[in-house]
Amino acid sequence: MDERVFIKDGIRLDGRRFDELRPIKMEVGVLKRADGSCYMEMGDNKVIAAVYGPREVHPRHLQEVNRAIIRYRYNMASFSVEERRRPGPDRRSYELSKVSREALEPVILTSYFPKSVIDIFVEVLQADAGTRTAGINAASVALADAGIPMRSLVSSCAAGKVDGQIVLDPMKDEDNFGQADMPIAITPTGEITLLQMDGMMTRDEFRQAIELAKRGCQEIYRIQRKVLIDRYSQFEDLQDEGSRR
Amino acid sequence: MDRKIVIPGDLLSEDTRRAGEGTYVRNGKVYSLLYGIASFRDRISVIPLAGKYIPAVGDNVIGVVKDITFSNWILDINSPYDGLLHISEFPKKIDVEDMSKYLRIGSSVMARVKDVDPAMKVELTLNDRRLGVIKTGRVVEISHTRVPRLIGKGGSMISMLKKELNCNIFVGQNGRIWVSGNEEDMDLALKTILLIEREAHTNGLTDRIVEYIKDARRARG
Repeated sequence: MDERVFIKDGIRLDGRRFDELRPIKMEVGVLKRADGSCYMEMGDNKVIAAVYGPREVHPRHLQEVNRAIIRYRYNMASFSVEERRRPGPDRRSYELSKVSREALEPVILTSYFPKSVIDIFVEVLQADAGTRTAGINAASVALADAGIPMRSLVSSCAAGKVDGQIVLDPMKDEDNFGQADMPIAITPTGEITLLQMDGMMTRDEFRQAIELAKRGCQEIYRIQRKVLIDRYSQFEDLQDEGSRR
Repeated sequence: MDRKIVIPGDLLSEDTRRAGEGTYVRNGKVYSLLYGIASFRDRISVIPLAGKYIPAVGDNVIGVVKDITFSNWILDINSPYDGLLHISEFPKKIDVEDMSKYLRIGSSVMARVKDVDPAMKVELTLNDRRLGVIKTGRVVEISHTRVPRLIGKGGSMISMLKKELNCNIFVGQNGRIWVSGNEEDMDLALKTILLIEREAHTNGLTDRIVEYIKDARRARG
């Protein structure tokens, strides 16, 4: 590994502390033709999620008689990384599609919609480490926006190990040259629906990382909730102004 | 406040007896299932702000014929599930060969949901005086989640609209609305319905709509 220094006086390369998230921006209902949608920026990551359904399943043989199936397509745009990526699905995006779907499946009440499908599309427009977590966050808000019954939202972020220190929400350089990366997704009640890790951590570091990531998720949950609530209260304010004229 | 916007997973009450539509109970507490408007009365229910129409027995719907099979018309009812209209549910006795004479592909009908089975086979009927094939008037589509607002508490909104707008109106629970009257009245009616859709979540809507119709009438002279 190279000799770069990632942490100086407790401050990271981009000026964050160990337990600080990258700045987050979120917008709901950005796609007119989708049933639900959400655009999200987590640091330099830019993702957009679209939800369609419940709708009829094609091809027919995938249909389940007693529940809705869920399809999740994670896709990176060819221009989303520094070196142009070959377009189309590859092994990595198949894996991320699967784990992301499984992160959301437990909260969706699929039994309400037999024989149907809920399609989730996540497009990564710009990538800077942590796109799967950004995708899950956006998809979860898009599902709510589509009016799909869920037990709760899902929030997701990663913790990593850089320079021997456990840090929250690693960015690209920290991810590439760090010692470990651990994305998780949880519900607000603390149930973990996704937990992956690569690299090496001791047991203590692992526990520390989970706690840190959980706190990050709670912060993201507050943002997700606020974005959804604000969407209609803002509208109501506009109406009030209109009627006061 | 007895109404507020909630998201899935929001805690609504600790009294499980108050759990109503759009909620679920876990560990003796009531949570929201949906992103929508929660109303806190005896029972707490959450009305969604979006979502697809799921047919229920007794609903009035407006469907468009998209296929004809032996003895069944298959109707698009603006839902993930198709509606089936059996030949015997047509108000008149007709032969299988003549099906497309009465209802061809693209025809619209006002129908009622007669039965929905667990596999979501939706059976429709036309056997009622108010139901039948649409030959005149116009159909407008809104989100089905706004239909309750269009009808109003105890039908207050819809009966006002029928009177003020001079139109015959049939509201499909699936979000399709049939309006019939003279051209000018229909224009205003469609505008009004779309306005109700946009502002369905605001308070004091009925009064504002009455004003709106009066203004529009006055502007026209």
